[in-house]
Amino acid sequence: MAIKRVLTKDFATENLEQLSVYERTGGYSGYKKALEMQPDELVELVKKSGLRGRGGAGFPTGNKWSFLPKGVYPRYLVCNADESEPGCFKDRYLIEESPHQVLEGILIASYAIGCNLAFIYIRGEYLPQHEALETAIQEARQAGYLGKNVLDKGYDIEVILHRGAGAYICGEETALLTSLEGYRGEPRLKPPFPAIKGLYGKPTVVNNVETVANLPHIVNNGADWFTAMGTPTGRGTRVWCMSGHVNRPGNYELENGTPIRELIEEHGGGVWKNRKLKAFQPGGASMMVLLPEHLDVGLDFDAIAKAGSLAGAGAMVVMDETTCMVDAARRYVKFFHHESCGKCTPCREGTFWMANLFDAFEAGAAKASDIDLLLDIGYNIDGRSFCPLGDASTWFPRSVIKFFRDEFLEHLSEKGCPFKKTVQEAVA
Amino acid sequence: MAVSKQTLAEIQAVAARYPSKQSAIIPALWAVQHEQGYVTDAAMREIAQALGLPPSLIEATASFYSMFLTKPEGRHDVVICVNAPCMLRGADEMKDYLERALGVRDGQTTPDGAVTWHSTIECLGACGGAPMMQVDHRFEENLTPERIDVIIDRLRKQPAAPLAPRHPLPGSPLKGEGEAHAKTAEPAKKPAGPRGRRSQA
Ligand SMILES: Cc1cc2nc3c(=O)[nH]c(=O)nc-3n(C[C@H](O)[C@H](O)[C@H](O)COP(=O)(O)O)c2cc1C
Ligand code: SF4
Ligand code: FES
Repeated sequence: MAIKRVLTKDFATENLEQLSVYERTGGYSGYKKALEMQPDELVELVKKSGLRGRGGAGFPTGNKWSFLPKGVYPRYLVCNADESEPGCFKDRYLIEESPHQVLEGILIASYAIGCNLAFIYIRGEYLPQHEALETAIQEARQAGYLGKNVLDKGYDIEVILHRGAGAYICGEETALLTSLEGYRGEPRLKPPFPAIKGLYGKPTVVNNVETVANLPHIVNNGADWFTAMGTPTGRGTRVWCMSGHVNRPGNYELENGTPIRELIEEHGGGVWKNRKLKAFQPGGASMMVLLPEHLDVGLDFDAIAKAGSLAGAGAMVVMDETTCMVDAARRYVKFFHHESCGKCTPCREGTFWMANLFDAFEAGAAKASDIDLLLDIGYNIDGRSFCPLGDASTWFPRSVIKFFRDEFLEHLSEKGCPFKKTVQEAVA
Repeated sequence: MAVSKQTLAEIQAVAARYPSKQSAIIPALWAVQHEQGYVTDAAMREIAQALGLPPSLIEATASFYSMFLTKPEGRHDVVICVNAPCMLRGADEMKDYLERALGVRDGQTTPDGAVTWHSTIECLGACGGAPMMQVDHRFEENLTPERIDVIIDRLRKQPAAPLAPRHPLPGSPLKGEGEAHAKTAEPAKKPAGPRGRRSQA
């Protein structure tokens, strides 16, 4: 198992973002093939491929599609390009390098679920990426891939590119739909799931950018080709976003199941400055920390879950021996506090108190009992929040307390951060 | 300053594309911010009128999202990320350097009106190129003090950048190009105040 280029196969091709170049690499042949098939056949194909969502939760894509109630129209497809999980920058990369691949995936998914109006919800900060997608949509329209009666197949499809405006919570699918309807981006109660009652109260599928980018390849090459890659419960590849203390940070597309060691040591060139690895964090800000002893775990939803963390949205944050784990956790907690939508009390108040306590540790003003107080607040948020943002805000800090309690104690005895010569002022 | 007829027409054309005109609130706020540099209460009332919705609805939405500005800012917008993945690669040091180089504090505008900057705990999606900042929404990665100097020097000389893509809408009579492109806000004479609650790190 190693680098396996499926989505990124042609990324070295010059001007791949242009329609004519994308077509030369085989672009839109998957869409053309899909239009020759019955929508139900496509749903079955994607089910058989075992493709799981790449947005974080890993839900089987074909199954999600088949939950749409029969005979209820209109239906909507929303491509989630809100990518804001700290540590993640793969959707940005996929859009920048090949916006048509993403668009082709959206068109295939739309046809499969019987949708005539699809949306792309892109985070407000991704302006050049917005431009790339807008240009791709224009080009595809001119080529007759979208619009009325596409390629004379009697199918109508329109795609609206919708720009967010700075809110991490709008990546959560129900908050995204609320935001797309023009409201404040607050999550909704599930059930009803979006498949039953989504955008404008209609059946809706929300799929991540990387998820849909897989579709042209699955249609072109078949389910068996896809299931031959990866692990039994994690077919295909994933694009891992590596950051932190490695020699070569960046995006790496690897076959699912590839050992984490290979990603960090081989592709990433190992820990920088000849330092030792202290910890790493798969999945993004939400996920639990893992230790060097977990290096041989495979990059796969289930394997990482078994090791005590989650694969989430495919981040890999690498931390060397000089990292202050308390400060790392403090930043994430401040992030969640900042991004809490305020709808429910455990998350809104709990992240505030956790952030205050972490500031106190960094500033040397914490008490010994504050470690357990942090855990206590964590228990009171997790499982008691309205949406997963609240729950996830506690996972990294609690895992850091579990594995690095001594660092909290050092912050107490040193009256501040032992990793910094001078105690820096709070993040802001 | 009244919202231009062109922008109002554009807002109505956008609204016609969505199954619900309320979905056009965020695009409308973007269009106004694009034209005027920020969104005033008066502009929100104009949006409300153009969309046939109550002004309170526009305000409720606008105040939720961190990227809508309520006050004029400098010609250029600089945001530096200090979340953990960036911290690991020296974002704090770059933030301190940026602050010294610009000579104004987090959230403020340089006296010449060239740059408004702030740090953010929101990951901006470039952790692989950390330390990073966004300059007028474009990524500047692998920052060093020298690179920051070059960028600031450029911004002090450059006029404002157009902030949003302007593609003509399908089936719309508008071609959307022209004078409305530039951020027309006057450079802030006094440092702009703190931004909305969600933009503070
Ligand atoms: C707080 C929060 C933030 C999320 N952010 C994103 C995001 O930025 N992009 C994304 O695709 N999914 C995100 N998700 C997951 C979505 O809710 C949803 O599961 C996903 O978009 C479904 O697509 P998939 O099945 O293709 O993975 C987020 C979830 C939560 C709870
Ligand atoms: S858990 Fe947090 S983000 Fe989710 S609904 Fe509650 S306050 Fe909002
Ligand atoms: S953490 Fe700074 S860009 Fe991602």
